[in-house]
Amino acid sequence: MRARVLVRPKAGILDPQGEAVERALPALGFAGAANVHVGRLIELDVADPDQLGPMCEKLLANPLVEDYEVQLLDAPA
Amino acid sequence: MKFAVIQFPGSCDDRDAVHAAGLVGEAELVWHGDRDLRGADAVVVPGGFSYGDYLRAGAIARFSPAMDAVIEFASAGGLVLGICNGFQVLCEAHLLPGALLVNANRRFTSRQVSLEVVRSGSPFTHGLHEGQRLSIPAKHSWGRYYADPLTLEQLEHNRQVLLRYSPGHNFNGSVADIAGVCNEAGNVFGLMPHPEHAVDELAGGSTDGLRIFESIRLAREGAVA
Repeated sequence: MRARVLVRPKAGILDPQGEAVERALPALGFAGAANVHVGRLIELDVADPDQLGPMCEKLLANPLVEDYEVQLLDAPA
Repeated sequence: MKFAVIQFPGSCDDRDAVHAAGLVGEAELVWHGDRDLRGADAVVVPGGFSYGDYLRAGAIARFSPAMDAVIEFASAGGLVLGICNGFQVLCEAHLLPGALLVNANRRFTSRQVSLEVVRSGSPFTHGLHEGQRLSIPAKHSWGRYYADPLTLEQLEHNRQVLLRYSPGHNFNGSVADIAGVCNEAGNVFGLMPHPEHAVDELAGGSTDGLRIFESIRLAREGAVA
């Protein structure tokens, strides 16, 4: 099973990367972009999708400061 | 007394830590794949970029065999000092509360910082007095200490904050100016600045870092005596 894990900084925690991107966009002429946050994308094939939750809790994300979202995709590419 | 300094692939301050610890006792490197701490009385988890700091700083190093031994050692009350990347590893291993995030200024920053001793008498601040200032170098990109409000309250209540950045020196944006915290039991301590780089006037700008290593020796000898 192909899976995608999205990891984001938790709401309310200062996200300097998101801020930097948010400031860069208008400088390039893209007006109106707001609430930019930069996270991490992890794609993987897993034999047992039930393991994705524990994987996120233990390694892929740091639940103290990050939220994660697991998406199941199609068969392995 | 004997220090074990853990060496990960990507550690870069391990030899300075051995040098600094060697000024107050014996010190030996322990490779990350080794579970044997060689009967050390204290462990230093040094600075650097363990396992390339892939995923998050310290996230992968935390699962190394040597860290299994360090977790066991710490659980039995052994003294553990984490410096910079070592602090990140100890947080990832849940030996210390909170996490280290990217600096608020978004930059890798290398500078001398002034630290204020918040609590004396701990194994890591033995012989220092409260309010005393230490001048120690800091150099990192991911040094913004973060703990949620409830954890922060507990840290303050239990007096686990041992060092704070002096006014004007919190360049990374750490919550409550926290530069170094210990666990509730008081035997595990982490800080972002580098005491091992401040043991020689010529190279470190001061010898204040040596006080942390001396403190560990005094605490250890006090415990043995």
